[in-house]
Amino acid sequence: MSNTKYIGQSVKRVEDKRFITGKGRYTDDIKLVGMTYAAFVRSPYAHAKVLSIESAEALEMPGVVAIFTGDDIKASGIGGVPTGWVINFRNGDTMKEPPHPLLIATSSTAKHIGDPVAVVIAETYAQAVDAAEAVVVDWEDLPAVTDAFKATQDGATLVHDSAPGNLAFDWELGNPISEVDAAIEASAHVTTLDFINQRMVPNAIEPRSYIGHYDEATDKYTLYTSTQNPHLIRLLMCAFVLGIPEHKVRVLGPDVGGGFGSKIFHYTEEALVTWASQKIKRPIKWTETRSEAFMLDAHGRDHVSKAEMGFDAEGNVTALRIKTYANLGAYLSTFGPVVPTFLHGTLLQGLYTTPKIHIELYGVFTHTVAVDAYRGAGRPEATYLLERLMDLAALEMGKDPVELRKRNFIPAFDGVEQPGYQTQVALQYDSGNYHGVLERAVEMLDYGNFRKEQKEAAQNGKLLGVGFSTYIEACGIAPSAVVGALGARAGLYESAQVRVQPTGKVSVFSGSHSHGQGHETTFAQIVADKFGIPMEDVDIVHGDSDAVAFGMGTYGSRSLAVGGSAIVKSIDKVLEKGAKIAAHKLECAADDLEFAEGKWTVKGTDQSISFGDVALTAYIPHVYPEGLEPGMDFSSFYDPANFTYPFGCHIAVVEVDKETGKVRLRRFIAVDDVGNVINPMIVDGQIHGGLAQGIGQALLEGAIYDENGQLTNGSYMDYAMPRADDLPMFEVDRQITPCPHNPLGVKGAGEAGCIGSTPAVVNAVIDALWSGGYQVKDIAMPLTGERVWRAMQNN
Amino acid sequence: MTQITVKVNGKVHSHEVEPRTLLAHYLREQLSLTGTHIGCDTSSCGSCTIHMDGMAVKSCSILAVQADGCEITTIEGLATDGQLHPVQAGFKECHGLQCGFCTTGMIMTAVDLLNQNPDPTESDIRHGLEGNFCRCTGYHNIVRSVQWAAEAMKKEIMVE
Ligand code: FES
Ligand code: FES
Repeated sequence: MSNTKYIGQSVKRVEDKRFITGKGRYTDDIKLVGMTYAAFVRSPYAHAKVLSIESAEALEMPGVVAIFTGDDIKASGIGGVPTGWVINFRNGDTMKEPPHPLLIATSSTAKHIGDPVAVVIAETYAQAVDAAEAVVVDWEDLPAVTDAFKATQDGATLVHDSAPGNLAFDWELGNPISEVDAAIEASAHVTTLDFINQRMVPNAIEPRSYIGHYDEATDKYTLYTSTQNPHLIRLLMCAFVLGIPEHKVRVLGPDVGGGFGSKIFHYTEEALVTWASQKIKRPIKWTETRSEAFMLDAHGRDHVSKAEMGFDAEGNVTALRIKTYANLGAYLSTFGPVVPTFLHGTLLQGLYTTPKIHIELYGVFTHTVAVDAYRGAGRPEATYLLERLMDLAALEMGKDPVELRKRNFIPAFDGVEQPGYQTQVALQYDSGNYHGVLERAVEMLDYGNFRKEQKEAAQNGKLLGVGFSTYIEACGIAPSAVVGALGARAGLYESAQVRVQPTGKVSVFSGSHSHGQGHETTFAQIVADKFGIPMEDVDIVHGDSDAVAFGMGTYGSRSLAVGGSAIVKSIDKVLEKGAKIAAHKLECAADDLEFAEGKWTVKGTDQSISFGDVALTAYIPHVYPEGLEPGMDFSSFYDPANFTYPFGCHIAVVEVDKETGKVRLRRFIAVDDVGNVINPMIVDGQIHGGLAQGIGQALLEGAIYDENGQLTNGSYMDYAMPRADDLPMFEVDRQITPCPHNPLGVKGAGEAGCIGSTPAVVNAVIDALWSGGYQVKDIAMPLTGERVWRAMQNN
Repeated sequence: MTQITVKVNGKVHSHEVEPRTLLAHYLREQLSLTGTHIGCDTSSCGSCTIHMDGMAVKSCSILAVQADGCEITTIEGLATDGQLHPVQAGFKECHGLQCGFCTTGMIMTAVDLLNQNPDPTESDIRHGLEGNFCRCTGYHNIVRSVQWAAEAMKKEIMVE
């Protein structure tokens, strides 16, 4: 790197100004001329047959422009929303992928609460809602199944007739099961946990919002959407759903108010407003209510698992055996099949040298909304299982959880001098120093003192506990060839265009999409440093499929590792061409030049030419190298060589109230290694946010469907999400082990906090209970006062 | 339809509104003040917080007609003469925002909090903000932003 004025600095964010003054522009803030508003008629049942839909009266109501029902969709031959990943059965049978229609037609069945049958479009939103209430649907209510395990049992109601046993696929990974069975059998100690990783509601604070706009004059469509990946939405919607040519469709993802996974996926409403706007020749806006967000935004997690970890007499892990039922909901969402498989099973090595690992997994349909990636996506589930087992094993064997981990850790390796670490579950880790993060976190905790304090507390009848969690994740998804072999229907690279303007200012067009991550700052820091120009001279453009060549979007902590690397590739091309122009101007060979601090200098002389002058020469090429094209504008696609593997250690300290079971989180320590860091302030912010979500899962959150498939806590009044006074200040530190295979050495920080924190908190509660003599193995999350209290009473 | 007159960010507006129109919708739709956000339908998230006669209120829990004759400040009216309010500056300074969606409501709540309690403890701040959800920041840097603003406002008073 020529210089690092910005890289590594906590530069304040350039995007903040518009947000703190109320000038952000989210989709719902946009008003187009002639815009209409949509409201949906939705199923009040989790499973019900549509006997008839009667909309004639509603159509006559004030302001109503049009009503479309499932029958209209069916008649027009529009396909359903597809999934982006295929996981076939172990016996070779193809994955069950039943259609996911935009609206349910007469004599078809609704398959989860809120499944839509009709859309009403009116002059105002209130009129649309009024008329939607007047659409009469005759339903035949049918029995529903919501639990993944129960859905696979004999006699369970089928969600799709085409999927017997409610299975979309079954899957396994790891060493041969016979070897794993034998290793478990031969173990001196086996720790077993049966548990549920509950269903989470992502709850970005901005509800999803879409505007479909068909322009008759140009025969072009524009879709404004609160999405994490505009190009992917365009691709799925054009090629698979509506069958319209993508060069006629512009997808814009303006400011987006958080995603956490839920805004990756292509939703039926996006296609519907686009399609219907062509029918009525006017723009249509739909913004979901919070109740709709609870019902319809893809949920996360929802695993039922049996996990066993074997140890020899010294405490070395001998084997890991997992059986999991993963709830996929009623339809396969965009990444639905890959989350519990290749984003979960592949992480079961954790940080340990476990020699034998096997996972068997069932992907199950239920009468619930789709389950897909939610911050961490599969990796939190894997970490939860491993780290709960580790702390519980320590308690059961009377060993120290820190020592037990150290004994089993994979030794440090940098991926350059020492090779990457080949796991038993397909992945090869890039670089890691796992002892380092654990030791630093334990030092921050002051472990020795804590154990003393804990003993004293126990003597005074108080329950103090500490919980550890050391995690690894696979980010920067990923080499296209690898994911293709694993069933991805798309490649997972990223694109970036760097356009140097004639005056030396720089526009960068990125296929990554920021919805809170601060790309406009971080990316600009990189570009400014690489070119030796002020950050103010760099503008980052994203979220517009017309402006940006292509993009796979932002999820899986991939923006910097993949999107940032694509930018670096284009920067390198600019510098290479710049050197040729500079050499021509300075009448020397390009090899005689060095680029630093914004200028090319002839080595060993004071002869130089600035970046700006070279840019101008590129556009006004009166004195120009022969055979070189004018202009200074380069596009690149970066396809990573491997995933990146951030890791870290999280420690929670809790106090449990003996009388009420209430858990108070006293401290939370996080030491994360996300590789090189461009903006420490932004990385810390990402960690904080992740921690809150992970802690939220441990202590407060969880979607609850009753046996009829009703979502019983589908509002902010009923679903407990962390508020400011539920959380302490976080104690955050980091270690840096660069990623050896991308040009920035970065690994990704978006999900780390959410992956490590959940088991740390639950482990701390269990530890607190054991300190008081309650030998409780597990409490189902969220660990509310009532659940903890009951566990103590039953012990 | 009912006629209302409100003073918003120093400017008087008169409009006909439907009696069922929420103040949040009136501000967003009729006055195009889209800095006031709507994040829920149960008055739980605080994204829509504004000041009505100097006090922080959730504009989704008030009807536009109830605001008749009132003085309202929204996020757009918080900065004076292009000068950011210390709370706005604090959020930028301490990275108190990520996606920005909760931010405008959060800032309006925090301003009211500091008006009432210029010297809050960490726990005062956490309690004071518990009506506002943020899903991005884990609140850590929001708390620091408000602490930063409290310090800045104290200094301002000392200078005056
Ligand atoms: S929109 Fe007003 S509190 Fe949520
Ligand atoms: S900054 Fe995104 S919800 Fe608070």
